[in-house]
Amino acid sequence: MAARIQIPSQAKQGEVVEVRVLIQHPMETGYRHDDVGHLIKRNVIKVLSCRYNGVEVFRADLSSGIAANPYVQFYTVADKSGELEFYWIDDEGKQGSERQSIRVT
Amino acid sequence: MSRAVLAVALLAFAAAAQAQQRAIPLDQIKSGSAFLGQDLRSLQNDDFANPGMLWVERGETMWRDPAGKSKQSCASCHQDAKSSMRGVAARYPKIDTASGKLLNLGSRINACRVDHQGAEPFRHESQELLSITAYVARQSRGVPVAASIDGPARAHFDAGEAAYRLRRGQMNLSCAHCHEANWGKRLLSETVSQGQPNGYPAYRMEWQTLGSLQRRLRACLSGIRAEMLPYGSPEYVDLELYLAWRAQGLPIETPGVRR
Repeated sequence: MAARIQIPSQAKQGEVVEVRVLIQHPMETGYRHDDVGHLIKRNVIKVLSCRYNGVEVFRADLSSGIAANPYVQFYTVADKSGELEFYWIDDEGKQGSERQSIRVT
Repeated sequence: MSRAVLAVALLAFAAAAQAQQRAIPLDQIKSGSAFLGQDLRSLQNDDFANPGMLWVERGETMWRDPAGKSKQSCASCHQDAKSSMRGVAARYPKIDTASGKLLNLGSRINACRVDHQGAEPFRHESQELLSITAYVARQSRGVPVAASIDGPARAHFDAGEAAYRLRRGQMNLSCAHCHEANWGKRLLSETVSQGQPNGYPAYRMEWQTLGSLQRRLRACLSGIRAEMLPYGSPEYVDLELYLAWRAQGLPIETPGVRR
């Protein structure tokens, strides 16, 4: 699962930083049928979470109402230099993760 | 005297033929993005959030990955795509000098794979072909479309125009009925566009994925309840050339975002 993550590479302590996440995923709703009429099984990213130096700062429970290739944007406060770890899992159990480091001055 | 009249009449006829040829004058052509809402336009222009960039990024990796018997990558011959592929997409479809065939960008990439890399060609509409095509076309972002219709391309151009003007399907419509005579008007909740090809491969909301211009043409054919030709059919490539000529001067927007 390809993903794009964008955070500022450095920030001042206490600064509010924007975090942008774009994940490539079909987000199959479970309501569609294939060409021969069989129901296509639901397969969406059900959880997306972000940990900042080990502490969870963001968590989203996605469902079938979210379009394919979901784009998520949120904000967090730059606290200490370190890493943001992103983790997600879909209905089929496929997991994805990404890491990005941030330098706080 | 009569000769002068004849000359004037011929000139007027030539002018009329010219005007008829370019049904939408060049100063009035508008990209598909001009018919979008503000939300989709800003999504297209946001290099991070534009979902088509997921394919472009994959294409960038593919550019450097060796493939086929030759163990050569695209970069082995073409080096940095940012400079070597700049403006290339704007000139397609183009006659391939080796085979004499009219090729669109995707087929040209496949020809390179087969002839130079010794690799299998990618299937039409496969993720691989879309990714590498989008990556190559992305390098021409902002470059005005300038496909050549001279020489051997002329026959394809004429065939493309004939295809554009052919009434088809249960609704008995040609491309021109919507995209030439009625662009800018409402069709249910949507504004009819001019049907310009400069954003493709594009991410379409209806598809929820990236798709080629041929996929878009097939969607139009399905919409007017006409028979869809198979991917890669020469009639599509001729039509793509006609569309490129129609779009002359519009900047390449790949990966475009469309409804």
